Amino acid sequence: MKIINSPFHFKGGIHPQYHKDLGDREAIRELPLPAKLTVPMSMHLGAPAKPVVKVGDIVKAGQLIAEAGGFISAPVHAPAAGRVKSIDQTVTAPGRSCQAIVIETSPEQEWELMPPIPDWGSADPKTLLERIGAAGVVGMGGAGFPTKVKLSPPPNKPIDTIILNGAECEPYLTGDNRMMVEHADHIAVGAQIMRRILGAEKLRVAIEDNKPDAIEAMAKAFEGVDGDVAVVRLHTVYPQGSEKHQIYAVTGREVPRGGLPMDAGCVVENVSTVYAIYDAVVNGRPLTRRVIEVTGEGVAHPANLMAPFGVSYAEMIEACGGYVGKPAKLISGGPMMGFAQANGDIPCGKTTGGILVLPPREVSNFTSQACISCGRCVDACPMRLIPSELSQLIEAEDIDGAANISLMDCVECGCCAWVCPAHRPLVQHFRRGKAIVNAKRAAERAKQQEAAKK
Amino acid sequence: MNAITVSTLCVGGIGCVSALALAVADKFLSVKEDPRIGQVADLLPGANCGGCGFAGCADYAKAIVTGGAELNCCAPGGAEVAGKIAKCLGRDAVDVVKKVAVVMCGGDSTSAVRRFAYNGINDCAAANSTGGGDKGCTYGCLGYGSCARACPAGAIEIANGIARVVKSRCIGCGKCATVCPRKLIKLVPASETVHVRCSSKDKGPAVKKVCAKGCIGCRLCTKLGDPGAFSADGFLCARDYSQPLTKADDVIAKCPGHCITKDAD
Amino acid sequence: MNPEVNPNLLMVSSSPHAHSGASVRRIMLDVLIALTPAFSAACWFFRLNALRLTATCVLTCLATEWVCRKLMKRENSLGDLSAAVTGVLLAFNLPPELPTWMAVAGSVFAIAIAKQVFGGLGYNPFNPALAGRVFMLISFTGAMTTWSRANWSYKLAAAAQDAATAATSAAGGLADALTTATPLGMAKAVLKSGQAIPGFQPSLFTDFFFGANLNGCVGETCSIALLAGAVYLLARKVISWHIPVAYLATVFVYAWVLKICCPGSALPPMAHLLSGGLFLGAFFMATDMVTSPITKKGMLVFGIGCGVITMLIRTSKTGAYPEGVSFAILIMNSLTPLINRATRNRVFGAKKA
Repeated sequence: MKIINSPFHFKGGIHPQYHKDLGDREAIRELPLPAKLTVPMSMHLGAPAKPVVKVGDIVKAGQLIAEAGGFISAPVHAPAAGRVKSIDQTVTAPGRSCQAIVIETSPEQEWELMPPIPDWGSADPKTLLERIGAAGVVGMGGAGFPTKVKLSPPPNKPIDTIILNGAECEPYLTGDNRMMVEHADHIAVGAQIMRRILGAEKLRVAIEDNKPDAIEAMAKAFEGVDGDVAVVRLHTVYPQGSEKHQIYAVTGREVPRGGLPMDAGCVVENVSTVYAIYDAVVNGRPLTRRVIEVTGEGVAHPANLMAPFGVSYAEMIEACGGYVGKPAKLISGGPMMGFAQANGDIPCGKTTGGILVLPPREVSNFTSQACISCGRCVDACPMRLIPSELSQLIEAEDIDGAANISLMDCVECGCCAWVCPAHRPLVQHFRRGKAIVNAKRAAERAKQQEAAKK
Repeated sequence: MNAITVSTLCVGGIGCVSALALAVADKFLSVKEDPRIGQVADLLPGANCGGCGFAGCADYAKAIVTGGAELNCCAPGGAEVAGKIAKCLGRDAVDVVKKVAVVMCGGDSTSAVRRFAYNGINDCAAANSTGGGDKGCTYGCLGYGSCARACPAGAIEIANGIARVVKSRCIGCGKCATVCPRKLIKLVPASETVHVRCSSKDKGPAVKKVCAKGCIGCRLCTKLGDPGAFSADGFLCARDYSQPLTKADDVIAKCPGHCITKDAD
Repeated sequence: MNPEVNPNLLMVSSSPHAHSGASVRRIMLDVLIALTPAFSAACWFFRLNALRLTATCVLTCLATEWVCRKLMKRENSLGDLSAAVTGVLLAFNLPPELPTWMAVAGSVFAIAIAKQVFGGLGYNPFNPALAGRVFMLISFTGAMTTWSRANWSYKLAAAAQDAATAATSAAGGLADALTTATPLGMAKAVLKSGQAIPGFQPSLFTDFFFGANLNGCVGETCSIALLAGAVYLLARKVISWHIPVAYLATVFVYAWVLKICCPGSALPPMAHLLSGGLFLGAFFMATDMVTSPITKKGMLVFGIGCGVITMLIRTSKTGAYPEGVSFAILIMNSLTPLINRATRNRVFGAKKA
């Protein structure tokens, strides 16, 4: 199968130190089952799932324990067999609290799988889509958008290209790389299932050129797959894994402002999600675990662990030999877009891309220095915004002024703050500004609805 | 004619022409406005705090005269201004209770723990959405001063990691209450001096773990105080300002959470 | 930002958690490093005077900065080294014989009035060193335009002497002034006298380039030393090529067109390029981050504007100033916010204009 070099290059972006050598040779290994799992009900974008089990219930692994709480939502399944100890509140990685089902695991693990669909190649696309929804598959790249919804675009938005996102442009993270190296064949099946559902003609696997093993493995896995299929070798530049920029790099199309990938005729799905699609359809296994790499200079033995949802960060780090020295920052996800945590008492979930422990020397402080207008952020911004001016307007509380110069187009990739010599907390300013604009818009909508009622 | 004369005449001439133009513009371009709007606006304090819900004093004056807005919306002006406006417009006088803002959290840096070291912009909403806020108590005051910056009267001080309203300066506009991401600031009658300075709905042990000045929900105040002076909702007690409180000292002394306090000023 | 952080707690901040390692201090240090070749050249040509003025300006700038921050009850900002950069640049823009007290006055103005009054580094609309220099040029016009004869080498290029002679014959008493003039000052005097500028010998360009025999401000005479510093700044990515190239190209093209149109009274384009404060201005002053545009398009506009204004001042017959780099950059500084506004990039995904 053909490997092509990425035909387009977006402007902007940065070249951080990748630190991928910490974990990219470590084969994925199974985490020993912990005694207790705290399974959050909100591991996806949209409404939280609603528990369907009671305290004291005995559950089998893979059994449905919470159903989708709305159209944009996803069900949750028991990651392990055991007894429901309690239904409590927990704090998730972004710092929000939600309901969680606490399961005491039992020594004997009995699985309850859904019926496999081995003849997916001839199955009704609707059946496949339903299965993906029922298995609780969501985007595992970070946002956690329910995959079933993503794979059901409206009829007026035809999809001609499916892109498997294997860029993994975040420094440190290695999980997707390992998945591609070790499960290339399964990912290839998952991709064909997606193609069957969407009826798209082109299938592209987008991988940065700093992962030659993954490129080779994926190219081999797709050999013999008919149709317009190719591995695209992307330049190694952050944020190459951003949907909009990846679509541009692969197809040369720009997703219109405020639009979605489907407005550019594309669907982008992370490779781990595609593996989950394969697992749900071919093996009938719901999404109850994922590869989470525990990495960073602050961890004794960085590793890629296949972990059930609900295991705490602290237990994961313990399984990798614990901390080396005093940790300065504990991050859920990568260093560019991840969430810093106050402690390790946080459960892993469907969107936990990795656990990163940084020692003091890898951590730099944000300051309240003034902008010196060096313009580096302007060059680095992949959305072609003016971060310096935006941040100054927001600091001066001129939120409308910032919105007028495209504040809402910011994707919070962090390139601007990474290059800023004044160490300004630019992304935080933008988050704050965006939150204010969103609140204002919501209030206006509510007002209009009220007026419409009258 | 020397240079001085020429320039004097030039500048003077420009001035005269401009003055004439302005006079003509005033005559022909002026917008007819109800004269009472100006009178009401003059009576308002002119702080432009926006506490009334309108865009400044002039806008409120217009709303009173043309839109029939209530007269008691101006907190800084209080009863006095409301009475004057009522007289001016020939409307009935309205009852206005002067209110001041109170921060319902007493967890300063000596009594409340922090969960992590926050590094970011000095804004409470931003701090609150970064890891859920660095204060151990998820209800407590973060102390990054958004309320103080919103206050048009400079009545809020940040000291010892917590916001405090200086009663004598507070004009009761309520701006601080709207910017507080944790909704800790309440407007209370200015005559009241005793408050339950805690907003934590957590159970007693959870509160004790993070703060030495938190309500543990023991409801002792509802028994010791005058009937109805304190109310309890779950694990949080609150002062009910509609009921009088006479036995304040006893309640303050015996509150095991040390969260009922009397204003110093 | 948040001073009392407990070191035993984990740090939590908004993303990103990684940083390039760039800092304002490092940028300013790079500028200082880039100025060392020119400083060495200045010490060679002007001996103790270069050292005296540079030391005076740097120390006064640092002291003024410290005092201002103290008075304004703001954080001490000496550590970012921007005051030191201002000091060096200001010294480089002064005639070597200038009295020390004038240098002190200019430095105080540059830091206190042109920078700290606006709030310090990042808020100043004008380049502080240039503002300081223009302040001195207007206040101490005589001293600021007197060039020491001692440094006007005996090897004075024949062509320049020709020019001086020509001017002398035309305007009589000008000769005294001219013998201690800068090349541009001389050209202006000749221009005003209505005489034709005689042909320059090619060997003169070598002098221009190495600055060995030229009169001028402390740091501006040796083009090759400035160029070496500029290459360092470009390599370190402290500055981008846009402003200097646009600036120099505009000056060159303008001078070239002028030479074609009126060959009699115009200096050769290379002379315009290599003389006066153009190199210092184009590489070190116009590229000042705070006061120049942030988009690449804006930088080109800025550079072209600087070039045009410089040449207008240099070659206008009615103007008093032989050199226009300082004024050109200051005028363009004032237009920077407008240029920024007009040259925003097309946002990714926005409709193509």
